[in-house]
Amino acid sequence: MKQIIVNAEEITLSAENIETALTELDYTTPSIATALNGLFIPRELRAGTMLSDGDRLEILAPMQGG
Amino acid sequence: MQIYGTEISSRLFLGTAQYPSPKVLKDAIMASRCDIITVSLRRETSAGSGSGFWDRLRDLNVKILPNTAGCHSAREAITTAHMAREIFGTTWIKLEVIGHSDTLQPDVFGLVEAARELSGEGFQVFPYTTDDLVVGEKLIAAGCEVLMPWGAPIGSGQGLRNPDALRSMRAHFPDVPLIVDAGIGRPSDAARAMELGCDAVLLNTAVAKAGDPVMMAQAMAQAVEAGRQGYLADPMPKRDMAVPSTPVFGIAELA
Repeated sequence: MKQIIVNAEEITLSAENIETALTELDYTTPSIATALNGLFIPRELRAGTMLSDGDRLEILAPMQGG
Repeated sequence: MQIYGTEISSRLFLGTAQYPSPKVLKDAIMASRCDIITVSLRRETSAGSGSGFWDRLRDLNVKILPNTAGCHSAREAITTAHMAREIFGTTWIKLEVIGHSDTLQPDVFGLVEAARELSGEGFQVFPYTTDDLVVGEKLIAAGCEVLMPWGAPIGSGQGLRNPDALRSMRAHFPDVPLIVDAGIGRPSDAARAMELGCDAVLLNTAVAKAGDPVMMAQAMAQAVEAGRQGYLADPMPKRDMAVPSTPVFGIAELA
C-alpha cells in the first residue's frame, strides 16, 4: 500500500500505476485527464506510469469556465 | 469572420460559469446564438460531476474553447492546455496566465512564453492579454493569430476602461482578429467594443449574473450585432456645436 495525494486528499492505494489507481478510486468516466507531480500523463501512458509514496495525482474534468 | 481558418458566424463568445442552473446556462447559450463557448478543467470527483456537465454541452452544437483559468505560471498553463486537448479533442486554447490575484491581470511575460511553446506544438492559442501593443506584437511573433485584450478586470463589469487603447490596437493590428475578453458588464459596453472595430466580444459574468441571464444573452447578441453594423456603417464625425438637421432653407419669418 502507498500514500498518494489525489486532488489534494491523502489516500491509501494498492494500485501500482495510474490506470489501476483510477479504477481503484472508481473514476470510470473517459472525460478525465491526469497529471502526476505537475506533469501531464496522457491516457496511453497511464498504465505505464508507476506510483510512489507521496506522489501528487491530479484528476481533472470539464467544468464551467469563463 | 475566420479565426485559425474556422468560419465563425457569431461575434459573441460566451462563458459557461456561474449560471443559476444547467437549464439557464443552456437557454442562455441558445438565446445568445453563439458559436463558441468557453469551459475549464477542474478537479473531478468520483461521482463524475464534470462529465455530466460536459455531456450536457456536447448536445448544443457549439465549438468548445477550453481555458487555462487560474494558472499563475507558463508551466501550469501549458500542462493545463495539454490536459484540455486530451479531454476536449481540440487544439484551441484560451490561454490565461494570471499575474495578480486581485486584478486577475495577465502575466504577459509568462503568457508570451506559454503562447510560443503551445503554438510550436500545434495549438491555436487565444491569448487573454492586456491592451499593450508591444505585448500584442510579441504574441503574434509567438504564433498567435488572434488577440484577446481585456476591457476591464475579469468579472468586474466595468465596461471598457481604456477605449483609446483598444482603438490603437485596432489601428496597429488591422488584420488580426481582436476579441475583447473580460470586463463587459452591459450591452452598451459590448456595442461600444464592436463600434471601436473589435471583431468579437467574450463575456460570461455579465450574462450569468444578470437577473434574467437568458434575456441578457439575447440583449448582448443584439448589442454585438448593432455595434458591428455601426462600425461597418462608418459613423459620422463628432462636432462641438449644433448643426440643424431640419433644412434652414424655406424657414418662415414669424417673429
